[in-house]
Amino acid sequence: MKKFIPIIACLYVGLVIVVPALNVVAGAFTKGLSPFIENFKSEDLQHAIRLTLILTAIAVPANTIFGLAAATAIARRQFRGKALLLSIIDLPFSISPVVVGLMLVLLYSPSHGLFGGVVKALDLKIIFAWPGMAMATILVTFPFMAREVIPLLEEEGWEQEEAARTLGANSWQVFWKVTLPSVRWAALYGLILTTGRALGEFGAVAVVSGNITGLTQTLPLFIEDAYKQYQTELAYGAAMVLGGVAILTLLSKILLEKYISNHKINP
Amino acid sequence: MGSFINFPPLPSWPWRITWAYLGLVLFLPIGGMALKAANVGASQFWLLATTPEAIATYKVSFGLAFVAALINGLFGLIIAWALVRCEFPGKRLLHALIDLPFALPTAVAGLALSAVYSTNGWIGAPLFALLGVKVSFTWLGVAIAMVFISLPFVVRSVEPVLEALEVDQEEAAWCLGASQRQTLFKIVLPQLSPAILSGVAQGYSRAVGEYGSVVMISSNVPFRDLITPTLIIQKLEEFDFNGATVIGMVMLIFSLFSLIVINGLQVWGRNWEANPSS
Repeated sequence: MKKFIPIIACLYVGLVIVVPALNVVAGAFTKGLSPFIENFKSEDLQHAIRLTLILTAIAVPANTIFGLAAATAIARRQFRGKALLLSIIDLPFSISPVVVGLMLVLLYSPSHGLFGGVVKALDLKIIFAWPGMAMATILVTFPFMAREVIPLLEEEGWEQEEAARTLGANSWQVFWKVTLPSVRWAALYGLILTTGRALGEFGAVAVVSGNITGLTQTLPLFIEDAYKQYQTELAYGAAMVLGGVAILTLLSKILLEKYISNHKINP
Repeated sequence: MGSFINFPPLPSWPWRITWAYLGLVLFLPIGGMALKAANVGASQFWLLATTPEAIATYKVSFGLAFVAALINGLFGLIIAWALVRCEFPGKRLLHALIDLPFALPTAVAGLALSAVYSTNGWIGAPLFALLGVKVSFTWLGVAIAMVFISLPFVVRSVEPVLEALEVDQEEAAWCLGASQRQTLFKIVLPQLSPAILSGVAQGYSRAVGEYGSVVMISSNVPFRDLITPTLIIQKLEEFDFNGATVIGMVMLIFSLFSLIVINGLQVWGRNWEANPSS
């Protein structure tokens, strides 16, 4: 029986994960490398890539600031409701992305939103435009950073910060010179996870964007659209790009896990 | 000076940023939707939440997600066991692959699964030729997508607990004459049960809310394989804002409820580790 356990494990993972993943690679390169590269001349694809990068460039810095602020504010304090606050921060992971998008539509839609009047009066374009899509991306990805950094900060003591303070450093200096360096690997990993998810977010952005080709279409939305229009190769090409990002995320995870555990043993 | 050492200076700016950000990004949208739902009125809410169309999607979303979570409960345990207790070539690769469903954007996962399990795909073609079973664009495909995206949860929650388990107890049971099966069911599984349950609950919650991968492998036909999130999008496209709000609220309440259950399971697990007799 014992012999079979790894075999069953590998077969299951092979069937559910590996075969589909390899299929994307094979699909992208069925006709060789040059048609694969040719795909990227599609203007809609280029636009989708650009928009995805812009949304990520907005969401990641915003969430990094929040994540680090939340971690320094929460990790080392004991207060009533701390566990509750931590679960509240995790909430976006358990809300369906579609519901996230819906919540934003119900706030900012000019016709039906709670702030519809204001949006209309100021002639803002939030829903079916990039600001709403950026909000959706932010909402879906904000827990990652806090989640990675908080446990590490909780483990490490206050001594170094205290020493820095007694030696006359101000809060800002303590944060930059002591706190941040001590959690840099966890923060980097949080940054990578946030970026990966921001690049790949589908449901929340789909609801808010209206999915207008060449205008509010992100890379994940482009994949779905191309696949539905039977432009299979284009879909595979775009999927290959996002899949590559996922592989990079996994690789950096493996490397950083090593770094973090080494750092713990020998700081 | 004494109080300075005992009470680390309150990080007031981080504290303010945290709450302002949470308020703007999280509480405002949730509150907005709750307000919209409250405006619908109780009787109308109930009516819209229980239309035959909506109930059919609940059956698909909540039912198939449950099946997927159970399947991953079993196989997640087996994978965690293989990763912690067994030595075999490719173990590190397997360890890394488990996280792929977390890292892979759902659109890519949906594309991959839909193609592989379609009637001319790598796995779908033999299934169709031998058994006449169609997977992509049926409810079976929806179930497969849910299995894919909820696979890592049980593995990741069981792994650390299994690592911390002392082999002594199993050896003791073994020496006292317990069979392999008795050791598994009376010694090992009870200790792993909080971790398994919490992994299953997390996977279930994730699978219920999943949209991207499911929408690409489903035919999205009402009363057949339409999931609840897709129904919300269809309602929005028909400008039925009340209908969308009510069904969205049902899903939000489910998310909050499952968050409480998962937290409860994790607290139970921690207490269990600290004091197994309780």
